[in-house]
Amino acid sequence: MKRSSLLSQLLRAAFLTFIAALVILPLLATFLGGFKTLGELRAAPFGFPSHWSFDVFIDILTGPVFWTYLRNSLVISLSAVVLTLLCASMAAYVFAQIRFFGSRYLQSYMLLGMMFPFATAIVPLFFQINRFGLLDNPLGIILPQTAFSMAFAVILLRSFFQQLPKELFEAAYVDGCGYVGFFFRFTLPLSTPILATVGTFVFVQSWNNYLLPLVVLNEQSLFTWPLGIMQFRGEFIVEWNRILAFVSLTILPALVFFTFTQKYIVAGLTRGSVKG
Amino acid sequence: MRSDGSLTALMLFLPPAVLLFSLFVIWPIFTAVDLSFYKWNGYGDVTNFVGFDNYGILLKNSIFHQSLFNSFKLLLASIFLQIPLALVLALLLYRKTSANTAFRLIFFAPYILAEIATGLIWSFIFDGDYGVSAMVADKLGSEPFYILADKQWAFWTIITVVVWKYFGYHMMIFIAALQAVPTDLIEAAEIDGASPLKTIWYVKLPMILHAIKLSVLFAITGALQVFDIIIPLTNGGPSNSTHSIVSFLYTFGLARMNVGFGAAVGVVLFILCVGTAFSYKRLAIDKGGQL
Repeated sequence: MKRSSLLSQLLRAAFLTFIAALVILPLLATFLGGFKTLGELRAAPFGFPSHWSFDVFIDILTGPVFWTYLRNSLVISLSAVVLTLLCASMAAYVFAQIRFFGSRYLQSYMLLGMMFPFATAIVPLFFQINRFGLLDNPLGIILPQTAFSMAFAVILLRSFFQQLPKELFEAAYVDGCGYVGFFFRFTLPLSTPILATVGTFVFVQSWNNYLLPLVVLNEQSLFTWPLGIMQFRGEFIVEWNRILAFVSLTILPALVFFTFTQKYIVAGLTRGSVKG
Repeated sequence: MRSDGSLTALMLFLPPAVLLFSLFVIWPIFTAVDLSFYKWNGYGDVTNFVGFDNYGILLKNSIFHQSLFNSFKLLLASIFLQIPLALVLALLLYRKTSANTAFRLIFFAPYILAEIATGLIWSFIFDGDYGVSAMVADKLGSEPFYILADKQWAFWTIITVVVWKYFGYHMMIFIAALQAVPTDLIEAAEIDGASPLKTIWYVKLPMILHAIKLSVLFAITGALQVFDIIIPLTNGGPSNSTHSIVSFLYTFGLARMNVGFGAAVGVVLFILCVGTAFSYKRLAIDKGGQL
């Protein structure tokens, strides 16, 4: 009995380590790749560099494009987060707190958005954005991203608001506080965990998005980082060490961000799957 | 009686969300249906009505057939490789220990990476001159093998990368479900002398069946919409053999300003996604909840 459980423990550890290696090795090769010369990269893609060279990293970090791409992405993602949280929480609050004619229809209408494939909308979206004069404008990305996050955000926020105690509003009402004031003074401050969850989710989605910026942005100075990185690859197609350094520098902030916010990401994921 | 401000809240709070959603989600989807009946290059007025011609051309297009088949292969890989792997890992890792948390964090990390970055990393790994392919070829002393440019094998790289990127996502869903299973239920089974495998088969799996079904649903709709990963890896090549539905839409509809045709591809994608989601929900989720 004891021997077999030891054996199964060992097998378990070996299996987990093997899968973990499959996840980590490509990432490790990427991080190390930027420090190698092209020749070394070719001879030993996974080993440590014999001589750590910082040249390509310095080139990228002191060059003009890297910080521009990151700043553009940050502006777009943060705006999408703020706008989604504001619009979705207001709508979710009305759905959760106020009974009105047509509420259920309106909710089903918004929830339709959960299933719609983004790519179906992309062709007409291009002309819609063009008509609003928002091509080559960050708003041309922020507004559609917000709209496509809306359904998911409203679902999560509504179910959270529904769980807030009703007595709270009654007490506030006696003290002369209406629905609007209550939302800003009580509902929002009480909802920080769910706002963080939805916000993190919207941020990651917007930060990683490729198709929409690809269609909306033509001007290189406006590029988000996924567009920028593809442009960079086009320019340095054979210099893998340079490309890997660029990739490392862009995924590093994402991984750090993830380590700090994974609690919220996982919460959003499982909530979405349980309720959806 | 004093007003509680509910009307003000209604008039103030609802319009922004409803308006944005209608303008940028609902309206484009309806317009896609409309545009799909026209031939249009994006300039001037939309006047050249062609009925179902775009759909006719699409259904006869062999590259589109290949794209559909590719999406179907991704779907199979998701269901028969990715979800079983995720399930095994979830069963191994759902208990809260610090080692388990570390493993979970590692397995979930690829999900957070941007598809574009993931695709670039793996296009290095699969590069015949630098990556694993080069290393293996070098060790064997054979010619370098350019798997990304090989018609027979290129799509396997995309399958590999999709499984690599998303298995952690499904694992997390299963872990959350397993943690919600009442522990006394599992303990009762163990006290009754059920072996670990039997406990998994008769207690744990039935209790998380709902999560597994949802996971399959996400895998289906996800597989149908793969795009970003393909662009840096193969860009649909060699000779258009590795397109997904969405990369086909982008390459042959949008990039060439074949607007009506692109819209028609979008509508087919819409029908596939919403159709499978609805019928799957009917058949698997709403019906038999218990085992």
